[in-house]
Amino acid sequence: MKLDRREFMVWGAGAAALAVTGIPSIAMAAEDPTAEDAIKEFTGGAEVQSGRVELDTPEIAENGNTVPVSVSVESPMTADDHVTDVLILADGNPRPGVATFRFTEMSGEAEASTRIRLAKTQNVIAVAKMSDGSFFMDKQPVKVTIGGCGG
Amino acid sequence: MAKSTKAILGTAIIAAATIIAGSGSAWADADDNNLVVEGEKLISEAPAPEGVEVEKIYSGWRFRSPETQALQMDDFENPAMPTVDIGADLWETVDGAADKSCASCHNDAEESMKGVRAGYPKWSAELGKPHTLETQINECRTERMEAKQWKWESGDMLAMTAYVGLQSRGFPVNVQKDGPMTKWHAMGKDLYYTRVGQLDMSCANCHEDNYGNMIRADHLSQGQINGFPTYRLKWGGLGSSHRRFKGCMENIRAVAYKRGSDEFIALELYLASRGEGLSVETPAVRN
Amino acid sequence: MAKSKPRVKVPKTAEAGEIVTIKTLISHKMESGQRKDKKTGDLIPRKIINHFKAEFNGKLVFETVIEPAVSSNPYISFKMKVPESGEVVFTWTDDDGSTYTTKKKIKVS
Repeated sequence: MKLDRREFMVWGAGAAALAVTGIPSIAMAAEDPTAEDAIKEFTGGAEVQSGRVELDTPEIAENGNTVPVSVSVESPMTADDHVTDVLILADGNPRPGVATFRFTEMSGEAEASTRIRLAKTQNVIAVAKMSDGSFFMDKQPVKVTIGGCGG
Repeated sequence: MAKSTKAILGTAIIAAATIIAGSGSAWADADDNNLVVEGEKLISEAPAPEGVEVEKIYSGWRFRSPETQALQMDDFENPAMPTVDIGADLWETVDGAADKSCASCHNDAEESMKGVRAGYPKWSAELGKPHTLETQINECRTERMEAKQWKWESGDMLAMTAYVGLQSRGFPVNVQKDGPMTKWHAMGKDLYYTRVGQLDMSCANCHEDNYGNMIRADHLSQGQINGFPTYRLKWGGLGSSHRRFKGCMENIRAVAYKRGSDEFIALELYLASRGEGLSVETPAVRN
Repeated sequence: MAKSKPRVKVPKTAEAGEIVTIKTLISHKMESGQRKDKKTGDLIPRKIINHFKAEFNGKLVFETVIEPAVSSNPYISFKMKVPESGEVVFTWTDDDGSTYTTKKKIKVS
């Protein structure tokens, strides 16, 4: 599903009057960590590889207040070889932290879903920590529409 | 009725420019998806009721993105359902001096409330005006239970209207428009077509003339109310149709009527009549 | 809003060793701490569900640390391998220290 660019651009003064966003006013603090900081903290500076992690997000979110996010990680999920944690981040939110899923051998499969708030168009990031200490990452862009009335 | 007093600073040109035709867009018109909730197909399009100037009527569900649509198709995915559970608890909860709960008189809501929501607003001879589900519930609370009224938009009221409304899911909307309701229906219709606010717009400008088109990044629906109280992602919770009316009026820079006002009751009746034939979807999920 | 109300969807029966999907939802406003009061301009204090866990027969299956970026009425679904008959206990923890718990039995056929 695609929106034409001109549909976003053909805007006049009246349009601004209608721009009622659903996103709460945001208080930015200078010391807020970035997504990069959060990844560093999570990995302890270890190398992050791509692959094995798959994030499923909508290309366009109809409303940033409730965006479905699913993550799955390729892993046998045995006592010796499993996913321990998956960190979910949103790099354009005032605070990038979203959630950390912790899996166990009882999980069977490293798969989880939730619904998240995105303040604007940005990337959703998932970083998986494996039981052997390796890290894998996936990143998906999500366009957040600031609606006219639906906002 | 404040017919033109609210039409301050008419800026029809701006208003017209804000609605952008969705020509060539994948988001034009209603989609062809079927609304199936828990295996039951609901009627999300129907022939236009007499006097309604559209080709067909469509549920607002048909204008939403696949992700939003999916939330309503499975009762577990529907984020309104924990609130419905609260409504079910309230139904059984004794409150007030008469030592009664809803269930004391109406027994099992799943039986007694079947189809009820489809006929609201409903004429009350005693009141001399239409009852909405909210005013009917409050009358029960004050008269029969001798309990305190609930506020229109309170969590308890929304939980109860959602729970009662759910018992009518799948029933076609069908309200009385004749007899004593004639005047109210006409008042609602008048409101629907009256331009108000700084943007000088009426309900019809968006929801009759331009449904299916984009208003900025939002896909305009026909403004049907068969799913209220509705869970809006924007609200992060349930809200009444009167809250939505208020939001619409504020968007067009008008001074909104109050929830429960005669104007909004009349508008609710008229809008319900414009959706006759569509299934009740309570609690619907919208953006 | 009235008290928080959890909902969980768990299959009643499973084969031994089967991996099942569990869905959970709890009513909660999830006040992010980032919103301002429209009238006063003051920040509305944060109040969220900050933790969720699921245990099976006393063993941790899955847990989540939840930040304010999770939507109101938080929804979490995950998988579980069912080794034997037993009970899944779900616990949500609120910022104010209160917890909400619900339980569901699974029978291995």
